[in-house]
Amino acid sequence: MSATFTFTIDGKEIKGQPGQTIMEAAEAAGVYIPRLCYSKDLRPHGSCRVCTCMVNGRPQAACTQPAAEGMVVENNTDELQAIRRDLVEMLFVEGNHFCPFCEKSGNCELQAMAYRLGITAPKFPYLWPDRSVDASHPEVFIDRNRCILCGRCVNASKDADGKNVFQFVGRGEHKRVAVNAEANLADTDLKGTDRAVAVCPVGAILVKHKGYATPVGRRSYDQKPIGSEIESKRK
Amino acid sequence: MAKPKVATASLAGCFGCHMSVLDIDDRILKLVELVEFNKSPINDIKKFTDRCAVGLIEGGCCNEENVRVLQDFRKNCDVLISVGECAIMGGIPAMRNTIPLKECLDEAYLNGPTVYNPAKKIPADKEIPLLLNRVYACHEVVKMDYHLPGCPPPADTIWEALVALLTGKPLKLSYELIKYD
Repeated sequence: MSATFTFTIDGKEIKGQPGQTIMEAAEAAGVYIPRLCYSKDLRPHGSCRVCTCMVNGRPQAACTQPAAEGMVVENNTDELQAIRRDLVEMLFVEGNHFCPFCEKSGNCELQAMAYRLGITAPKFPYLWPDRSVDASHPEVFIDRNRCILCGRCVNASKDADGKNVFQFVGRGEHKRVAVNAEANLADTDLKGTDRAVAVCPVGAILVKHKGYATPVGRRSYDQKPIGSEIESKRK
Repeated sequence: MAKPKVATASLAGCFGCHMSVLDIDDRILKLVELVEFNKSPINDIKKFTDRCAVGLIEGGCCNEENVRVLQDFRKNCDVLISVGECAIMGGIPAMRNTIPLKECLDEAYLNGPTVYNPAKKIPADKEIPLLLNRVYACHEVVKMDYHLPGCPPPADTIWEALVALLTGKPLKLSYELIKYD
């Protein structure tokens, strides 16, 4: 079926295929919509709201909203960038994010998003929540201080690994990633090579014995902003 | 015209950010032409002798003395800048922020595996600044005008910021100069 249609993002004409979300159509056209919880190949979770765009004048998450003929999408506007900045700053203050010694620093999508948005300090009060670390597993650890509740590990474990290792428990500020076991991560059938481990955008789920492997200056986001690989495809 | 004055302080920091100021290499000669240093550990001037155009603050506030120094800087500087992660979010010292202060002191002076303290006393001399309940970022204590992130901020970040402020140009840091590590 080739019923392609067109819509616009920030005035630029974009071709969409039936079934595509705004995010997918934008990405195919080389337009980067900032996002955190969305990961290609995983079911969109729509939880971080960083990809919020104005769609025909209403705020919608681009990762879950299907694209449609004639849609008018605003993405890179001052107002939306300010909202995204606020969302990312809130994620920084509601966890315990110590970038200077985090193994993920330089490859972290939360940090990279803050760089891209030009954040030098959050304007919100730091909450310093008491969060737990689970280092029981021989290959993998969870540091919940760094978790942003994106849901990627939950979906990847279920859909890609077929294991159901992770799930959310609790609500609001008490929500956290739990493991599907009597006690600890070591009691699950998780492997260090699982998709659920690789998809973590931050340093919350990491493979042990591999920290700081890439020198500063050569890490993913040292030189170029996150999203520039998508923007370089733009015609 | 008299040169604008710059003051610096290290609160709950490791002096790494001050080392990064020195890391501007031979531009330090240009900096000396551009400014005069007032209160700073670089020249060991202990008290403000004049109003300063710019104050650079390294480290957050972990004790009452840090708070007093920071308030003194706010009073005496036109523009106050948080330099580095500790000033911006507390940094490594803020790792104690999720643990109650009493538990921290008990671990350090009574219960730690290598502690030798037969008198079972936690230091409380009035010469020692009182610890705060947690480590505070500078902007949680006084108004900060700018933040230069990094651990430490690259020398180029500090240089660009100082030159922009002292020559009255807008402070716009390029992508490579905003880093949190």
